[in-house]
Amino acid sequence: MLDFLGDQYEQILFSSWQHFSLVVQCLILATVIAVVLASLVYRSSALTGIANSVSAIGLTIPSFAFIGLLIAPLGFGVLPAVVVVAFFATLPILRNAVVGLSGIAPSIVESARGIGMSRFRTLLQVELPIAWPIILTGVRVSAQMVMGVAAIAAYSLGPGLGGFIFSGLSRLGGANSLESVLTGVIGVVVLALILDLLLVGLGRLTTPRGIRV
Amino acid sequence: MSEYIASNPAESSSTEESVTPTGITGASILLDHVTKRFPGQARPAVDGLTMEIPAGKIVMLVGPSGCGKTTTLKMINRLIEPTEGRIVVDGDDVTDMNGDTLRRGIGYVIQAGGLFPHMTVATNIGIVPKMLGWDKARIAARVDELLELVSLDPALYRDRYPKELSGGQQQRVGVARALAADPPVLLMDEPFGAVDPITRLRLQDELINIQEELQKTIVCVTHDFDEAVKLGDWIAIFNEGAQLVQYDTPERILGDPANEFVENFIGSGAGLKQLTLTRVAEVSLSDAVVGKPGERAADVLARVVETGHGHAVIVDERRRPIQWLSARQLGRLEVISDVPDPKLPLVGKRATLNDALDTMLVSSAGAALVTGRRDMFKGVIDVQTVMDAITRSQSAAVLESDQAPVGLNTGLFQAQVSAAEADLIETDPSGADARSVQ
Repeated sequence: MLDFLGDQYEQILFSSWQHFSLVVQCLILATVIAVVLASLVYRSSALTGIANSVSAIGLTIPSFAFIGLLIAPLGFGVLPAVVVVAFFATLPILRNAVVGLSGIAPSIVESARGIGMSRFRTLLQVELPIAWPIILTGVRVSAQMVMGVAAIAAYSLGPGLGGFIFSGLSRLGGANSLESVLTGVIGVVVLALILDLLLVGLGRLTTPRGIRV
Repeated sequence: MSEYIASNPAESSSTEESVTPTGITGASILLDHVTKRFPGQARPAVDGLTMEIPAGKIVMLVGPSGCGKTTTLKMINRLIEPTEGRIVVDGDDVTDMNGDTLRRGIGYVIQAGGLFPHMTVATNIGIVPKMLGWDKARIAARVDELLELVSLDPALYRDRYPKELSGGQQQRVGVARALAADPPVLLMDEPFGAVDPITRLRLQDELINIQEELQKTIVCVTHDFDEAVKLGDWIAIFNEGAQLVQYDTPERILGDPANEFVENFIGSGAGLKQLTLTRVAEVSLSDAVVGKPGERAADVLARVVETGHGHAVIVDERRRPIQWLSARQLGRLEVISDVPDPKLPLVGKRATLNDALDTMLVSSAGAALVTGRRDMFKGVIDVQTVMDAITRSQSAAVLESDQAPVGLNTGLFQAQVSAAEADLIETDPSGADARSVQ
């Protein structure tokens, strides 16, 4: 095992970085998409219901099947990986953003409107900041989940640690095959822990004292 | 409706600058045949309401819940858009202007302050000036000024978050935020509904003090009639559908309720409630013989006998009353001591006649000592003074009603005016235009 790590450490570090980078970029993309979608739907109970159903049903789609299906239209490489990871990352964030935005006391929104804030300014300066801790919780859930999804995305020859897992599994019993799989799995877990710590730190920095629990 | 605006051109022009000789910084408001129908509701929430709100006065909107008083209030800053009718503020028709711009120029206070939990007290207060593009230094100075105004120490409270404040403090910050950009009009929706009774009384007193200083136009919704009597220059009593039942001074509503609905709404004790309308400072106090500790009692007694008073008030070196001695007590003393009597019946000059009467009854003296600034002795108030004041305020109320602002409904219900009520109004010319007929 140590020999394997010693021989491959450059490749491991590079793949880990690629994996991490893919997840973080997709999370940012997913957060933006989820917040925009939530902002569009949260004031209508019908649309909120649809958003919640979509995020619940979406999570039941097997990610392996999804990426397989995407190879046909999008080809191999980074693009299908990004689509799949971003898709799965969006769902929990969307759910939390809708819950967070619709859970704000109506009196706060009313007083924002009452002192002359426009609809958009109220959303930007009052509602989103108050909902932010809940949205960020969704981001953390997403981060954990899509670390694994990103490994599967390697099936489409996307970047990341998934490559170690797939190449190990495909020649199981061969030299260094088990080491390869273990490297991929443990690497994903370690990355997930690091990212979660970073997100906790981000939450600390971006949540005002007034709404910290 | 133009005659209402034209009838007071001096007022509307003087309110444009914040500093005027009269000190009024408020603007007049006119609701002109305003109707609000909510979709899916058969009856309009507000039906053809015409109501004039004079500049620099506190107008209280009261009525049972669901009567449309809050809807009326929210139509002034167009948080709720009227279905029909015009809103005129300070002579300008604001019915079609940008709602957000309008609201930035009108203070708005809701129950519990409606503060933004993620912003500090200073950011909360500075939010409207920031939207109006003030620079940072000016906003910071204004925030401190306003915190002083609402009796919160800026150094202590500026950087706190709303959850670190008590209910009363949050409400104060809410008022400060509404006043931040010095708006001519302040709208308050049940502002003191969420605080305990003692804090509520204190906040009401503070609002009266602030209003004395600023003279804004304040429109305030409440379901508490006592609060309306205490705060209001004018009280508008609504029934369902925002039907204006009576729009008049507290004195006249208490003394001459328009109909049974108003009587029921006032509840019992209308006479006692009138006592809360006058403050001790507004009545003429009797003089008293004043003595100092260390004086010979016989000298003081001589002055008491000479002036015909039965008592002498002993004050300390800063003119704070410490004893109140009868002629008989003086006769038994050699030298006047400087030991303060803890049971002196004292009232501040800002207290209401109700408080003063209460103090008199408790002390069984039939009179009370009035103290002014820094607890200095001002004079004596007795039961007779209280009685005179009530008589005078009742007769003054009749005169005042001539200046009563216009308030009436022109909606569907107008047709249902009973003949009896119409007769009543014909035979009562002094109040005819002051009161609506519903």
